[in-house]
Amino acid sequence: MSKKKSEYLINRRDNQYEVVIGLEVHAQVLSESKLFSTSATKFGAEPNTQVSLVDAAFPGMLPVINEFCVKQAIKTGIGLKAKINNRSVFDRKNYFYADLPQGYQISQFKDPIVGEGKVILDMPDGQKEVGIERLHLEQDAGKSIHDLDPQNTFVDLNRSGVALMEIVSKPDLRSPDEVSAYIKKLRSIMRYLGTCDGNMQEGSLRADVNVSVRAKGAKKFGTRCEIKNVNSIKFMQMAIEYEANRQVDLIEEGKSIDQETRLFDTKKNETRSMRSKEDAHDYRYFPDPDLLPLEVSDEFINKLKNDIPELPDDKKKRFIDEFKLSPYEATILVSDIDIAKYFEEVVAKMGKNKDMKLAVNWITGELFAVLNHKNLEISQSPVSAKNLAILVNLIKNGTISGKIAKTVFEIMVDEDKDPQKIVEEKGLKQQSDPKALEALIDKIINDNREKAIEYKQGKEKLFGFFVGQAMKASGGKANPQLINEILKRKL
Amino acid sequence: MSDITRQSLSELVENIKNKKLSSTEVTTAFIARSEKSKVLNAYITEDFTSALDKAKKFDQKPNLDLKLPGIPMAVKDLFCTKGVKTTAGSKILNNFIPTYESTVTENIWKEGAILLGKLNCDEFAMGSSNETSFFGNVQNPIDKDFVPGGSSGGSASALAGQLTPITIGTDTGGSIRQPASFTGTVGLKPTYGSCSRYGIVAFASSLDQAGPMAQNVKDCALLQEVISTYDTKDSTSIDFKRNHYSKELSNNIKGKKIGIPKEYRVDGMPKEIDDLWQKGVQFVKECGAETIDISLPHTSYALPTYYIVAPAEASSNLARYDGVKYGFRAKGDNLIDMYEKTRSEGFGAEVQRRIMIGTYVLSSGYYDAYYLKAQKVRKLIKNDFDEAYKKVDAILTPSTPSSAFKIGEKTNDPVSMYLNDIFTVPVNLAGLPGISIPAGHDSRGYPLGLQIIGKAFDEQNILNIAFAMEEKINFKNKITDWWIK
Amino acid sequence: MSIDLKTIKHISKLSRISVDEQKAEKLAGDLNSIFDFIEKLNELKTDNVKPLTSVAETTLKLRSDKVESENIREQIIKNSPQENEDYFVVPKVIE
Repeated sequence: MSKKKSEYLINRRDNQYEVVIGLEVHAQVLSESKLFSTSATKFGAEPNTQVSLVDAAFPGMLPVINEFCVKQAIKTGIGLKAKINNRSVFDRKNYFYADLPQGYQISQFKDPIVGEGKVILDMPDGQKEVGIERLHLEQDAGKSIHDLDPQNTFVDLNRSGVALMEIVSKPDLRSPDEVSAYIKKLRSIMRYLGTCDGNMQEGSLRADVNVSVRAKGAKKFGTRCEIKNVNSIKFMQMAIEYEANRQVDLIEEGKSIDQETRLFDTKKNETRSMRSKEDAHDYRYFPDPDLLPLEVSDEFINKLKNDIPELPDDKKKRFIDEFKLSPYEATILVSDIDIAKYFEEVVAKMGKNKDMKLAVNWITGELFAVLNHKNLEISQSPVSAKNLAILVNLIKNGTISGKIAKTVFEIMVDEDKDPQKIVEEKGLKQQSDPKALEALIDKIINDNREKAIEYKQGKEKLFGFFVGQAMKASGGKANPQLINEILKRKL
Repeated sequence: MSDITRQSLSELVENIKNKKLSSTEVTTAFIARSEKSKVLNAYITEDFTSALDKAKKFDQKPNLDLKLPGIPMAVKDLFCTKGVKTTAGSKILNNFIPTYESTVTENIWKEGAILLGKLNCDEFAMGSSNETSFFGNVQNPIDKDFVPGGSSGGSASALAGQLTPITIGTDTGGSIRQPASFTGTVGLKPTYGSCSRYGIVAFASSLDQAGPMAQNVKDCALLQEVISTYDTKDSTSIDFKRNHYSKELSNNIKGKKIGIPKEYRVDGMPKEIDDLWQKGVQFVKECGAETIDISLPHTSYALPTYYIVAPAEASSNLARYDGVKYGFRAKGDNLIDMYEKTRSEGFGAEVQRRIMIGTYVLSSGYYDAYYLKAQKVRKLIKNDFDEAYKKVDAILTPSTPSSAFKIGEKTNDPVSMYLNDIFTVPVNLAGLPGISIPAGHDSRGYPLGLQIIGKAFDEQNILNIAFAMEEKINFKNKITDWWIK
Repeated sequence: MSIDLKTIKHISKLSRISVDEQKAEKLAGDLNSIFDFIEKLNELKTDNVKPLTSVAETTLKLRSDKVESENIREQIIKNSPQENEDYFVVPKVIE
């Protein structure tokens, strides 16, 4: 393989090391109620207010599975182009912890609901395929709060029993950038499908990161360490960077790497061993006797397949083919379902005579800048897709200039008003009446006779001066193209 | 008054319906006898005041269309009862008051029955003699210092001692049928999935079934009819057509083929058990049924299989008793210290032993050799029954390899205690229905039971066979009321 | 086979039940006699037998995605050995 521009290597003396990364992403299933109980899943509720007798593991309570969560997992599997298993089994993973009321987590161990699949990443130097090992359904645990009391730990079980999808990648990732692209792509696919909101701040998406290093070109994997429960892309990248360098240093010092679970300390920006906890871990998986094997027919799966919306990869291809966008533009516009939705609405509202390039530029330029500045998601955009479409059309049909459009846009950001109305109310309509403009230009030439003569003598730079004067005289509303034409003729 | 407690459920129901007796009279009678019977130690929690209130309320506006109109009854303390302490016979749940009701007891109250109290049982239903209960031994009304069997020992003792007209137990490896056999009563373990497990403190989820215990087969059929419902709150509950077991009860078993499995003639089985079995064969023949010798070749592997599967599931089911959410908590320096002390002080020796066995057989490196192996053998055991049922309609065996034994006799030898369940355990492993009916006495006059095992969902058939045999056997329990001064 | 004290200690850790020396000795004895009895299963060849996990002859029923459980915090926390108004409380977790 030829060396790629973006190849991520760690250098020590003359040695180069490659980093091998695999991710176990925990994605919270978007559902009203929990995986095995009928409690609500809303984020941010008062502690222990969304806890049923089942979630708190009262004696004699039994799990009953939520059909919608099963469908969500299958849909996600379809989105990952993965094999959906007709039969899967729920197992108990046994361990004690304050926020694990049953003393076991119901998960899927040997027979997951979704098997092998893949995800395509758009990297700067081309596409990269990342293999998916499996996806399985499991329960989330509650939350232990250690800092409210010096002697005690407080336990909130609101999250206990919420459905999670654990998506396990193959060890196909090679750099922090690829990890970032992978998470973003997964998030994007799930948001298109409506199976996970991907909100990392609320913990809807978090990952265990497996990192190992090996000499560049080596075939054999190095010993890996698992960094538990990292909840932002930035932290994942920092953790990988730290961990990979730590492992390389150990190798360089001739020491061995222990396969272990580590924790990323976001304050100190380092990973550290959790081995003390690991000693006791022997999860004693066995099939949960309270549940039977989950069986889904091909018919059930096919019905879900028919409901799958256009996903980012297909949408991108269509944007390129249908709207003649560049791959770069298309990638940006499909990266998030809400951006794609916005863009498509703009396209629809622009009608027949549309300027696609102009629309793309306005969305990725002016609009993104405003959203960024105001820290808003596109779904919260102060400018509606419809009004942006009208604005683009006003530019396209010459009603206003690009420059005036920016003024109009500023007003639109403050009050989401029809730009047509803004133009009319503020009298910003472009002057495109050739006679009026001719009169205006005649006056300017008359007022600046000396400069006109200099121009004719060859000082061509002065053309800009006349354009500026004309624009100024028109209050910026003159049609710049007409001004150019008339000036060229008259001078 | 003492007359009342001698009546069977069917008689009581009839007398209440005919207004010959009021619920208050019946309830008062059973409370009075229970009060005089503390020596039996059958109750863990008495709920007499509230029972009387409910009886009075019932009498004010009696609904006589119900199946158990104003009938008082006590239940095994493994069923969660709303507002009434539920301990599972354990210190770890010593102070636990559920805010919910098990489906099985809910079904019973819906038909008009009234809770008298909660009955003693082996801790978490782990035992065959009721000696593992945190709340002490239970006396068998048959004779002083004899065990009533287990784990539904309190239920069997209260029923035989006429402290309750009917009761319910749970059966994981024989916990209804063995105590029924030891006390001269009738006990049915229904098909797995027949009675909801919702709200029953779990021991081994793939084996546990609730079931009725009664003085006679007819009462047993009526109670089964009440408690067996399909329940969406239990994922292993099965939606099959349930009979009106009492209405459809018939002693006509002509032409039925009854299998006699040779493997149940185990080494060292007392002659009186064998004789009883032969007597049973005679009886079914007299009823017009045909007996056929069959083979259940893997019978001797059932107990070892059971002692892997049940503890494995129990070790996980009992992980929730950790002192965090409810029940007993020991003081600990930190979380782990608290866990270890709570579970060490809160669980009794037998429960700890089984948790240890279960943890071991599931642990890394041993899973395949034990747990997986046991599941495979379980399959072979089920296959045995499937094969047999191609030839026969039901199977007749002894219920237990012995009659009731003395308190303390087997407590130091777990394996000999486990052997008590040798005839009942295969039925749980295969998920089949089985009923124990009293069939005779040993030389000391202690009752002995016979077990009829049915096809899955074929409760009606084994109830009918039991009903027909009951007529022939005409069993009379020899209870002297020795504990009432 | 023989279950030694080290194994007893290990499984007591896994099952979060503390055992002292005396109890460990007793447990080792009991477990060894029980496992002697269990070893009988090794007489059987089971290579081609499919394991049976449930005898329930039915498939897993799926429930619809409806919130039916209300806020029952008070009920949930009522039986707890130590609690405040909002939380379950346990002794400090030492990592």
